[in-house]
Amino acid sequence: MGRIGNWIREGQIWGSVFRHGVPRDRRTRAMAILSNVFLHLHPVAVRKSGIRLSFTWCMGGLTFFLFLVEIVTGVLLMFYYRPVVEYAYFDIQGLRAHVTLGLLREMHRWGAHAMIITIWLHMLRVFLTGSYKPPREFNWSIGVILLVLTLLLSFTGYLLPWDQLAMWAITVGSNMARATPLAGSEGPLTSFLQIGGVPLVHAGDDARFGLLAGTFVGPNALLRFYVLHCVFIPVVVTVLLAVHFWRIRKDGGISGPL
Amino acid sequence: MTELLASGSGSSAIKELINKLCEPHWFLIISVVLFFVFLIGYRTFTKPAIAGTIGALSTLAFLASCTDPNFVKIIQKADNVPIVMMMMSVSFFLWLAFRQAAVNDERMEKGEPLLEAGADDKVLVWPDLVYIELICLVLFTAFLVVWTVVLRAPLEQPADPNVAPNPAKAPWYFLGLQEMLVYFDPWLAGVVLPGLIIVGLIAIPYIDTNPRGNGYYTFKERPFAITTFLFGFVILWVVLIIFGTFLRGPNWNFFGPFEYWDLHRPMALLNTEFHDIVWIGMLGKALPTEDWWFIPGYLIRELPGILVVGAYFVIGPLALYALFFRKIYRQIGFIRYNVMVMLLLVMMLMPIKMALRWTLNLHYVVGITEWFLNV
Ligand code: HEM
Repeated sequence: MGRIGNWIREGQIWGSVFRHGVPRDRRTRAMAILSNVFLHLHPVAVRKSGIRLSFTWCMGGLTFFLFLVEIVTGVLLMFYYRPVVEYAYFDIQGLRAHVTLGLLREMHRWGAHAMIITIWLHMLRVFLTGSYKPPREFNWSIGVILLVLTLLLSFTGYLLPWDQLAMWAITVGSNMARATPLAGSEGPLTSFLQIGGVPLVHAGDDARFGLLAGTFVGPNALLRFYVLHCVFIPVVVTVLLAVHFWRIRKDGGISGPL
Repeated sequence: MTELLASGSGSSAIKELINKLCEPHWFLIISVVLFFVFLIGYRTFTKPAIAGTIGALSTLAFLASCTDPNFVKIIQKADNVPIVMMMMSVSFFLWLAFRQAAVNDERMEKGEPLLEAGADDKVLVWPDLVYIELICLVLFTAFLVVWTVVLRAPLEQPADPNVAPNPAKAPWYFLGLQEMLVYFDPWLAGVVLPGLIIVGLIAIPYIDTNPRGNGYYTFKERPFAITTFLFGFVILWVVLIIFGTFLRGPNWNFFGPFEYWDLHRPMALLNTEFHDIVWIGMLGKALPTEDWWFIPGYLIRELPGILVVGAYFVIGPLALYALFFRKIYRQIGFIRYNVMVMLLLVMMLMPIKMALRWTLNLHYVVGITEWFLNV
């Protein structure tokens, strides 16, 4: 076995993929991180206290992992699911009834719940270790935006199964937009926005209308939430995550006592 | 309902007591008291033996509750399973953090190095960190796979705009916001306050200029920052989620954890307006309706409420300065102080309105219904 392993590792194919030797000494171990596009999110060496599990709880890492799980399972679900009122519900039912890997829906849903828990815990640990203090203020702000986007991802995804749970949770949620000050048709002070008695903001153009692409949770809302959920928000999150990780390194790595 | 309770035989008295203690005011008051008791005694309560005992007892209580059919009905809802996980993991990690804070605080008093000391000791990412990450990832994947296989994702009847479920609940992580709707109109509970939560969170690092406690667990060096943040997170967010999930039933009425969700329980009535209390109750006059000069009558009617809210935000910062915050003001300066106090006052609106609701059954402090502007 060992001989076969060595033969593979010394061959041309292996060598072309992994440019460094087997990570056994300082130099090759450093190379293992530096020459790998994924691993080089990390620095080569880190503060010892920063990687203790009791310090970070690995919560940021788990949140990122769950984000990846959601992307993989989500893309697979997209192959099957159609965001149209006539099909949406029955596609989800079909996933359960006769799709080989229909269990992916379960993983996608529970993964989303888990991600919300881990992101809260991550924020809690960042707060309790005071890691938002200079020079990491800006990264904390990026984190808050990520938190909001994560919640929005869950919220938009909640509608897609198009069952009673989905429709009414989104109805409750989106009704709030009607009460946006100045921008919702039943919001405070909105009634002052009028020209010659004609209201500028009404149910047909207010904040809720923008959210649902209509005055009720219907086909347009389903399509809009689908696009937000599958394309728009994930892209923004990905970009912000790149900034988040970049800034961790630029701000001096995981925080520690000075 | 009585039959169900009776089937619990001897334990029914305990259950009734618990139902009683879970009523909104008791539930919140008890949570707040426990919260401060924990923070004051954190060095004692986080000792592994004591914390372990508390943990074991709560688990036992939870398991015992699972013998009750009404309790199980709520717990079993697939979407509620994550909340139970959230409760357990938040408790566990709060313990872990405060345990390390307690150890660190003690060490600092004795002049010993911190748990996180040795800032210059560097280790290579490969293998030290990469392997930790790998192990976390594998264990977590196993956990997720088990969860996936064991628990079905919920799928109810197809969406039907004509049949509204009762209660119509938001996803569990938003139930804190939905609970705010009980006390505030949607423009506050659904738009302004959530917006301010986000702004407030982003503002934290720019307000808190205390240089200590950066990069290690401690409570003693930043008690105010930690208490405030945790009050928001634990009491006003997590506790309200638990409340909204387990104790809110049809018509958003309150139901104890061992109570049957009776659809026909009438909705709570809200009939006390602040303007009635002042004009009719205290001044013995009718509500003013006449316009005065260019000011419409309804603004005069609401003048007492407007004054009270105005005073809250104008006198509040001054009073807090005079009473508690002199030192903080000196540390962070005029602008930061005002931003901080405003955010703090906004955060406290929620518990204050809750208390007013429970004691006076108060509906609106300011009720300019003509503009949809109600507080
Ligand atoms: C999609 C969501 C997020 C992901 C994937 C993520 C990921 C990470 C990772 C992997 C780390 C490295 C250290 C660790 O694991 O704790 C980290 C650090 C950090 N995160 Fe996040 N994070 C997210 C959201 C947030 C949020 C919501 C906040 C705060 C509001 C935040 C603030 C920070 C800060 C300040 C650091 C630096 C901590 C230090 O140096 O000790 N992040 N993040």
